[in-house]
Amino acid sequence: MPKKRVLMSGNEAVATALRQINPDVFPAFPITPSTEIPQYFSNYVSNGLVDTEFITVESEHSSMSAAIGASAAGARALTATSSAGLAFMWEVLGVAASHRLPVALCAVCRALTGPLNINCDHSDTMGAKDSGWIQLYAENNQEAYDNMVMAFNIAENKDVMLPIMICQDGFITSHAVNNMELLDDLTVKEFVGEYEADHYLLNPDETFAVGPYAVSDYYMESRKAQAHAMENAKQVILDVAKDFEKISGRKYGLIEEYQMEDAEYAVVIIGSAAGTTKDAIDKMRANGDKVGLVKIRSFRPFPGKEIATALKGCKAVAVMDRSESFSTNGGPVGAETMQAMYSEKCDALTINIMYGIGGRDVRVEDMMNVYETLKDIAAKGETGDVYRYMGLRDKEAK
Amino acid sequence: MANSDITKLGQDVAWQDVTRGNTIVGCGTTKHFVTGDWTNVAPVVDEEKCKQCLLCVPVCPDSAIPVKDYKRQAIDYDHCKGCGICVKACPFGALKMEVK
Amino acid sequence: MKDTLEIRWHGRGGQGAKTAALLLAEVAFKTGMNAQGFPEYGPERMGAPITAYDRISHNEIRVHSNIYDPQYVVVVDETLVDIVDVTKGLREDGAILINTARDKEEIIPSLKGYKGKVYTIDARKIAMETLGKNFPNTPMLAAIVKVTGVIDDETFLNEMEGSFKHKFAKKPEVIEGNMNALRMALKEVK
Repeated sequence: MPKKRVLMSGNEAVATALRQINPDVFPAFPITPSTEIPQYFSNYVSNGLVDTEFITVESEHSSMSAAIGASAAGARALTATSSAGLAFMWEVLGVAASHRLPVALCAVCRALTGPLNINCDHSDTMGAKDSGWIQLYAENNQEAYDNMVMAFNIAENKDVMLPIMICQDGFITSHAVNNMELLDDLTVKEFVGEYEADHYLLNPDETFAVGPYAVSDYYMESRKAQAHAMENAKQVILDVAKDFEKISGRKYGLIEEYQMEDAEYAVVIIGSAAGTTKDAIDKMRANGDKVGLVKIRSFRPFPGKEIATALKGCKAVAVMDRSESFSTNGGPVGAETMQAMYSEKCDALTINIMYGIGGRDVRVEDMMNVYETLKDIAAKGETGDVYRYMGLRDKEAK
Repeated sequence: MANSDITKLGQDVAWQDVTRGNTIVGCGTTKHFVTGDWTNVAPVVDEEKCKQCLLCVPVCPDSAIPVKDYKRQAIDYDHCKGCGICVKACPFGALKMEVK
Repeated sequence: MKDTLEIRWHGRGGQGAKTAALLLAEVAFKTGMNAQGFPEYGPERMGAPITAYDRISHNEIRVHSNIYDPQYVVVVDETLVDIVDVTKGLREDGAILINTARDKEEIIPSLKGYKGKVYTIDARKIAMETLGKNFPNTPMLAAIVKVTGVIDDETFLNEMEGSFKHKFAKKPEVIEGNMNALRMALKEVK
């Protein structure tokens, strides 16, 4: 398969994948740091590189609504957003999912207001974690591109038929240029194929109603069916990854394990900080420290069993959360990981660290400190505070 | 997706058999949903006074006043919810509400 | 070259420091290396001090943090020397490159006792002579290539000519001026 080595930002990478996919409808409303995706794409439209219907709408609620309408009509549709834009879509996110429409959303993660902040954290997409959307997160530009290429094959699978969010870290990957590899246009076109909806509103041969009222007699069964589709997505994500490996040579799973075979101390993390953690691991492994990483690629569906299995045998674990959930117990990744560990009888001493919030920089040294903390915890045999912060100015810091 | 068929929907349907996204294939299904018993009052036509102006037809929210060959037909009491809008709309006093 | 070359840029919003950082990444990329180029984003606007970064390596670049102890610092606007701690974390075995018309000796006292090498270039003069406008980033790019030796002059000039031809396909008349800016900067950095 012909491949092309390029230097690209994460936003351009995702926009390029979309150009290669040539979707039917792209309604868009700009918000930093996702704006460049529709911006690049509008150039492709103007230059005739795609024949997508590009709709400039007046809000994110409208961009998602238009994508839903287009998808129900039988089109392959998507949009892009960040932060407040995603929050403004909240109502209709659930509509896309419950109508079982395979819409895609390029989410470029940015902190939610407030205070007002444009930098990376996961409070926007974590806020949408229970909306019924599949969520895949990228560590770098390459993964953002690859996930976008795989997105529609997952979402449109008949056992799934759910919307999908392709998430990457705002500015950190979206605006940083990095080496990566593009597949050629034809390979992507053939891999993704055409969307053929089995039932759709613009079908002249079949009348079809979308979004009827479901009374108590039906709502619960409908929600369970939706949850079942999300369960199916687990296998479909793996199947699509296997097909993708054939054209790209790159392997993907629900999680990625790095140096976990004999790891005694592990970090569970999502997004770009996983790369920084890998550098920390290499430095510490050189000194004989048995440290490892579990990177979550698919947060929805949540691969709880896979994560807990990977962590079995660890003495201490730090689950990292890039969003505060104000539960007073920790963040969403911590809560779900620890619940899975409990169910799987994985008894590693586990802490949950809030980090990188509102774009607070995450350094290799920071992650090495996390592992040092885990070594301390294991030596003492007790976790101490489970819910912690990293990189916080704190008068009471120990 | 086998289970997109309205006839499979009912109060005994298991989650495995609800239509995907509760979508309904086929149309005119509200015809089978009799809502005429949601009321104890209904409009009655005084045929003498009715001039067949048809002003009552478009105002009916339930399309319960059928028209055939430009003539108003008998009110469809299976679907009339007794809202009384037609009574207000009639310029000739040909409609009045009566207890069923 | 060490495992990873790390460079920090200081400029003012609108001067093209971010563009220059991305161009340097592009040059390194084209010569077969791995590169990462990114600005530090905030609410800054035209004229405000901004920072941008480059990492250049023969290995895959996985780290996503800012750069705290760079080998090289590039100052696109010399007035920043007095208001930003430009030598912060700068390695003593590295160097700082400053865009200024002044002599090195006049600048050094502002560098808080920095003991590494100091290079200067009058990018404004070069830009005015070759491009007719104060676009300092083209000469600054050439100067940092010279200072770091990340690639040799000839390869650099060839690569840049190729990318200018692509970038300025619709206004080829500016290509020669840009190439002259690069050539002059390679010679004049001291």
